[in-house]
Amino acid sequence: MNPQPVTITFDGRPLTATAGQSVGAALASQGVTAWRSTRKGGKPRGLFCGIGVCFDCLVTVDGETNQRACLVEVCEGMEVEGS
Amino acid sequence: MSDAVSSSTISVDVAVVGAGPAGLAAAVAAAEAGARVAVVDAGAQPGGQFWRHARETVQPEAADDQPDGHGHHGWSTYLDLRARFDAAQRAGRITYLPGLQVWMAEPGFTLHTTPAVASSGTVPATVTASRLVLCPGGYDRQLPVPGWELPGVMAAGGIQAFIKANGVLPGKRFVIAGTGPFLLPVAAGIAEAGGKVLAVLESSAPSAWLPHLAAASGVPGKALEGAEYAALFARHRIPYRTRSIVTEVLGSGRAEGVRTAKVDAEGRVRPGTGRAYTDVDVVGFGWGFTPQMELPVSLGVDTRIDADGSLVGVVDERQQSSVPGLFLAGEVTGVGGATLAVLEGLAAGAAAARPDSTTPVKQPAAITRHRRFAQAMHQAHPVPAAWPDWLTPDTTVCRCEEVTAGEITEARDNLGARDARSLKSFTRAGMGWCQGRVCGFAAACLGAGPGEAPDAGSLAGSAKRPLAAPVAIGELAALD
Repeated sequence: MNPQPVTITFDGRPLTATAGQSVGAALASQGVTAWRSTRKGGKPRGLFCGIGVCFDCLVTVDGETNQRACLVEVCEGMEVEGS
Repeated sequence: MSDAVSSSTISVDVAVVGAGPAGLAAAVAAAEAGARVAVVDAGAQPGGQFWRHARETVQPEAADDQPDGHGHHGWSTYLDLRARFDAAQRAGRITYLPGLQVWMAEPGFTLHTTPAVASSGTVPATVTASRLVLCPGGYDRQLPVPGWELPGVMAAGGIQAFIKANGVLPGKRFVIAGTGPFLLPVAAGIAEAGGKVLAVLESSAPSAWLPHLAAASGVPGKALEGAEYAALFARHRIPYRTRSIVTEVLGSGRAEGVRTAKVDAEGRVRPGTGRAYTDVDVVGFGWGFTPQMELPVSLGVDTRIDADGSLVGVVDERQQSSVPGLFLAGEVTGVGGATLAVLEGLAAGAAAARPDSTTPVKQPAAITRHRRFAQAMHQAHPVPAAWPDWLTPDTTVCRCEEVTAGEITEARDNLGARDARSLKSFTRAGMGWCQGRVCGFAAACLGAGPGEAPDAGSLAGSAKRPLAAPVAIGELAALD
């Protein structure tokens, strides 16, 4: 009785995650370590603090911008975009 | 006003912010003493960071119908508090408001909240109460080092939270570095989950006398914990290197390795001791913890600098701050771990439920013992005085606004910006999304100058945030 697999998309391509996981975990456990570029230096960023403090892991979720990937829980059909 | 910002108002006797060890304990104690309680917590389920666990909605629960606490210390304490918390909710004494962050607290007290996750559908609520218990916890304290902004570098606690909540690892090969006993459970958790820990680098050299310290402080359980980690390290062959630091994270576009070195007692790099670890995909840093002080500071509590250099709130023997009716428990009174946080939460909750009690209160002896132990641990694991020497002028200090060490020292030396607030005005360090939560301590140290520690004024300036969490313009506009 393992948790259900769910399918999300990341920048348009499908990605399999597990129900209950965060978006950040779904990305990082599939080898995606960066999904945002910094405004000034254009440097790649992904998870850092992991608990909602640093805002480094911001993503767009179903059109809602600036969401913390470490806090948002995946659900079936969720559309995630980097920024 | 759109639907998203319409919110209900909940009036109770005691409001509690946080549902970690301190918050759960405070809520339970206040409710059991007869108060009507509301608990606001950013998390989706009770436990905070320390007792973070897999989502109960999807994780099959154990045979005894209780959340799975594999790998958690003090899990029986959690289950006891959780049972009492759930019972008080069923009895209508506790209103539990998960998934909400307080973005502003007004005196008296009124809490304005916003969903932690916009897409969650969580409806914000406004909470009013004549007594408030703040238990916001803390997060890993960071010191910048060249390359720490590369993807794959994480807070040590972030790695642990990732594993606890998701049941998977953020990578395969790890180096954990910094100082403090917390590095041990982080590394042990990685190894137990199947990851390879290439090394744990501890800048101090405290381990030999730790068991004696625990015994002398009257908290022998801490020595036992230490022995358990020693056994786990041996079983998983994790090298534990003291007086060692990461001097640089290597990689292009992501962390791929680290350079390390031995340091002296002040943290100065010993020449000729450099080595490199390659084929690393996650580097975890933790230099103790920073208490979440923005809500206590915004309500005007008296503060002090604790033994670890952190800004904390001053409390009396009932956990009451200098603001009448405002109680503090857990890391915001001094970083001391979950056992102490629970004890403080119980005391704060009981006192908040009976604000007019004139019975003299004696601080529980257990709180005194655990505080003494925490102080000794802080002294054994100091932030190395010479850490600014590890930076190059182009090392990023403020990750959000990409402000370098060179820009900060220039503002200090040429513009006289010696405290976190002036540095923020001149360089934008601490002005980005995280509002200085990550770089605030480091920037304040750099501003204070070589060999100086930041004072309470500088750290309070960094913790002074007009908004305690980002909010939509509509939520601001909806204020009366």
